[in-house]
Amino acid sequence: MAEVAYVKASRIFSGNPPVRAVDELSLDVSDGEFLVLVGPSGSGKSTALRMLAGLEDVDEGAIKIGGKDVTNVPPKGRDIAMVFQSYALYPHMTVAENMGFALKLRGVNKAEIKEKVAEAAKMLDLTKYLERKPKALSGGQRQRVAMGRAIVREPSVFLMDEPLSNLDAKLRVETRANIAALQQRLGTTTIYVTHDQVEAMTMGHRVAVLKDGLLQQCDTPRALYDKPANAFVAGFMGSPAMNLKTVPLTSEGAKLDGIVVPLERHAMDTASAEGLNEVTFGIRPESLALVGSQHHGMEMTVELVEELGADALVHGAVRIGASSERFVVRVDGRTPPTLGQTVKVAVRDATEIHLFHPESGFRLTN
Amino acid sequence: MTVEAASLKAVPATRPQRKRSERSKAASIALHAALVIASLIAVFPVFWVLVTSFKPDARAVETTPTLFNESSVDNYVRILSGDKGDFLAWFGNSVLIALMTTVIAVFLSATTGYAASRFRFPGKRSLMLSFLVVQMFPFAVLIVPLYNILLALGLQGTSFGLVLVYCTTAVPFCTYMLKGYFDTIPTDIDEAGRVDGLSPFGVFWRLVMPLARPGLAVTAFYAFLTAWGEVAFASAFLSAADESKTLAVGLQVFVQQNRTEWGHLAAASILVAVPAIAVFYLVQRFLVTGLSSGAVKG
Repeated sequence: MAEVAYVKASRIFSGNPPVRAVDELSLDVSDGEFLVLVGPSGSGKSTALRMLAGLEDVDEGAIKIGGKDVTNVPPKGRDIAMVFQSYALYPHMTVAENMGFALKLRGVNKAEIKEKVAEAAKMLDLTKYLERKPKALSGGQRQRVAMGRAIVREPSVFLMDEPLSNLDAKLRVETRANIAALQQRLGTTTIYVTHDQVEAMTMGHRVAVLKDGLLQQCDTPRALYDKPANAFVAGFMGSPAMNLKTVPLTSEGAKLDGIVVPLERHAMDTASAEGLNEVTFGIRPESLALVGSQHHGMEMTVELVEELGADALVHGAVRIGASSERFVVRVDGRTPPTLGQTVKVAVRDATEIHLFHPESGFRLTN
Repeated sequence: MTVEAASLKAVPATRPQRKRSERSKAASIALHAALVIASLIAVFPVFWVLVTSFKPDARAVETTPTLFNESSVDNYVRILSGDKGDFLAWFGNSVLIALMTTVIAVFLSATTGYAASRFRFPGKRSLMLSFLVVQMFPFAVLIVPLYNILLALGLQGTSFGLVLVYCTTAVPFCTYMLKGYFDTIPTDIDEAGRVDGLSPFGVFWRLVMPLARPGLAVTAFYAFLTAWGEVAFASAFLSAADESKTLAVGLQVFVQQNRTEWGHLAAASILVAVPAIAVFYLVQRFLVTGLSSGAVKG
């Protein structure tokens, strides 16, 4: 058990110009916390994890595990266990040998290794397969062996690098819940890397969003969803993505296709202090609703209806100024509009509007 | 409206339909004939050496050769009894030199190949390039300089000196082969090993080496053969004493200026081939591919 801290840690890959894969990352993870690093590919999330594992050099700054500076400590001295995306099982060893390998290297006696492996195998439902080689296992079983190998060691930190991305969709959802439950039970500090924002939202106590090596925001899933710090986080978290459009600003609010959406006071003040006449207007699909023709709303031509069962996603075009912008609205699944129909769309609640600076992307709303 | 049932039937194909996997009889015969002929061409010389090895010298070359004519194991008995030179000593020398070459060459090329496959270090490109370039010199050109070097090292005429010479040809080639093999082992396995508590050498020794067994087997076989059948270096660098010769050098006693002892030569050749076949047999069970399958997805 240990807390983890990145202190302005950077990883710079040589090149012309040099690439700052991770750029002055500062992050504190408390003991027992499940932290998810999420971001699009190339955001530096895996590099950040590998820096913590000791597989990647730290060019600037420091990394601490349990208060101890481990910046220059080799991986074996860090008391960490890692689950790789490819699982990286040792093909010439049986499942039991794979799981007990780290203990064997530490010189733990055979009886104790056997006991610990058996215990972990039971936890992961692998008891039947202990004598098999990895190639005789299915993808899901291999994934569990990789988890088992990490658990058996009882490390102070678990590192997981997209451990679910090679599983099929159904197994992924199932394993996702299992990993979260396991972490809860073991109470071990866990850093989990994923590109899947659903995994990030459902698993993490806190989620750190990275982009181009820079930390965008680190907060609880709820806070990330409700109060994204910038337009990138707003667009990245949530599925389908938030509708983000640059719209003109008037003294009453944001102007969208004939309607003016009133904005909260604070945002208006910040925008006028900055001298903005445009803002990036963000609204989640579920914060929009279809309304009757007698109500105020934007006119939207339906271009695509995705029926998901419980609800449906309506994609349509709305005219904003001279251009036509695409919006997504989440509606009741039983009565979706038909293709080509023109519907009226209104904002459910003005408090659910997010405003961002049109250039820097920073949040203007409270 | 009525439709004639017959008109709905598919038009029968002009040729009888065959499954993809089936062959016509003629193709099958031609294919087998070609394979049989090719096999005969490959096997016949070896077979004839075997036949000759049982014949007395006088009968070895005839205008109308026969399979069994006065066949006996006399040739073998005379060779093994040391009648025709110290065959057993030659044999021992060859085994020692070939095994030492194999062990040293495999160890050196495995460590070099691993470093070239996994690490980035200055001079890596030029190292690999020089390995390629040294293979391009003909052996004959190397004999004099190598002789001088061995003389300077005080190794001229010793088995170990010859082993080092063989390593100069075996190591560069084996390094290339093993580097290629190590490249196919996912680096994730190395990293998992390091996280599990192995030192970089531990990763090489306990994870990569066991996984590279098929590659190592091929390399070992190549190194063994390099040393086993080589004549030019062996006759130049070993002392002229009969008991320090290798087999390949020793065989020359059967080929004299005026006559060749075909029967003895053939028998000795068969005896020389046996260890090479034995090594191949030992090694071939490791030549299974896909040992590293199952390590990572896909």
